Amino acid sequence: MSTTANAQGAQAHARAMASTRVEAMPTLPASAAATRPAGVAADSMLWETTLPAGGYAGKELRRGARLQLQDLHGDACLSMLIFNAERPVERLNVADTIKVQWNAYLGPGKLLLSDMGRVLLSLMEDGAGTHDTFCGASTAGSNAQRYGDGDNWGTHPNARDRLTLAASKFGLGRKDIHPCINWFKGVRIAADGATVLEGGPFTPGRSVTLRAEMNVIVVLANCPHRLDARAGYTVTPVRISAWRGPPTPADDPLRNATPEGLRAFLNVEDYFCR
Amino acid sequence: MSTPIILDEIVPPRAPWSHLVRKGETLRIIDLEGNQSADFLMYAAADDTERYSAQDTIAAQRNVYLRAGSMLYSNEGNPMALVTQTDVAYHDTIGGACSCESNTLRYGFHTFGHHACVENFLQANLRAGRGKRDMVSNINWFMNVPVEADGTLGIVDGISAPGLHVDLLAQMDLIAVVSNCPQINNPCNGFNPTALRMVITGRS
Repeated sequence: MSTTANAQGAQAHARAMASTRVEAMPTLPASAAATRPAGVAADSMLWETTLPAGGYAGKELRRGARLQLQDLHGDACLSMLIFNAERPVERLNVADTIKVQWNAYLGPGKLLLSDMGRVLLSLMEDGAGTHDTFCGASTAGSNAQRYGDGDNWGTHPNARDRLTLAASKFGLGRKDIHPCINWFKGVRIAADGATVLEGGPFTPGRSVTLRAEMNVIVVLANCPHRLDARAGYTVTPVRISAWRGPPTPADDPLRNATPEGLRAFLNVEDYFCR
Repeated sequence: MSTPIILDEIVPPRAPWSHLVRKGETLRIIDLEGNQSADFLMYAAADDTERYSAQDTIAAQRNVYLRAGSMLYSNEGNPMALVTQTDVAYHDTIGGACSCESNTLRYGFHTFGHHACVENFLQANLRAGRGKRDMVSNINWFMNVPVEADGTLGIVDGISAPGLHVDLLAQMDLIAVVSNCPQINNPCNGFNPTALRMVITGRS
């Protein structure tokens, strides 16, 4: 007789698998994370998970929280959407982000701006330097063209559908999917306007550290870059860590770095006057 | 063969405009007085959760500038309109639309009350049941946003001129929404917002 022929047997079977450990999985509680970022106390940890190839995740973070994204093996491509957690109709605006800062390339000190003139996240540290504000998420069609299929139920899920699933778990829908940022794969613009992919693979372990400047929902998907011409569905796991931190003080160098950025922080501080 | 004129309208300076363009029809946008940014969005008429996607368009053509021959894609990866002809060297789709809020960052809090393209888009879309969630990165016809080698970019003096135009051949039934940009704090309208002319013609 099968060991799962009755509920007792099925229960034992189910419970026996819970101790399984794989590389790409969440750590609960986050304080149990085996490798915490340097200087972060266990009880400050808010989130620890590793996303596999094609994986996705979403998390609400409070103002002041730190979020670290680590490209463990040097070939990740992490697409990100950002919402104001209190009022998700306010969200990342990639066009305003590059226009207001007079530069299209993300790097240390850059601010990720909402469509309401406020800072959602700031980029405190950037050990990668290759990111993309132009090309957006892969789609079912673009993955089907390159890999033969691009569906959530197949082996080559696309970033847009992964972001949509992640956002849906916060009650958000297709209209909430906005232009995204891609971390770890870079796109540079040539003199004639051509997009040039910096596709790696890169040194393992590069990371970026962000600070939540508002209460945010971040939504992430780890899928090959839209311009990645390799025949295989090549993308490697990303570790995501978040921990508690204080909201940005008035004398913060990043807050005061540019007149445009300072006004974006003033808009945030005005929003929290309540 | 003649091409029937379905619509020929002037969009006053600073005003919104919206109209259905059926598959096979051509929308011509004419920059009547030169260097007038025509901020542009479009939605699939059958299902307006499908809309223009700047990122899908850039990724598909591997270039940030829109020129004759550029296919404009939706967020679902479907062709929405083809730029069949334009006598301006290139157009912008990375600079986004001006808003009261972004104006405060770019120019100072004194500009919060200035009319802006997002206000126009919202007004035009709200009448059709769309709202702020339907705002995505748009096209700026006749606006010049060069990107330098180090990523530096800015809205700089235009490269359009009086009477120049762009022609869009609809690949599906679509709702075109335009904000005739009211911005006076940068050179996108030559510091003087002027009228646009919209002409929709049928299949030739």
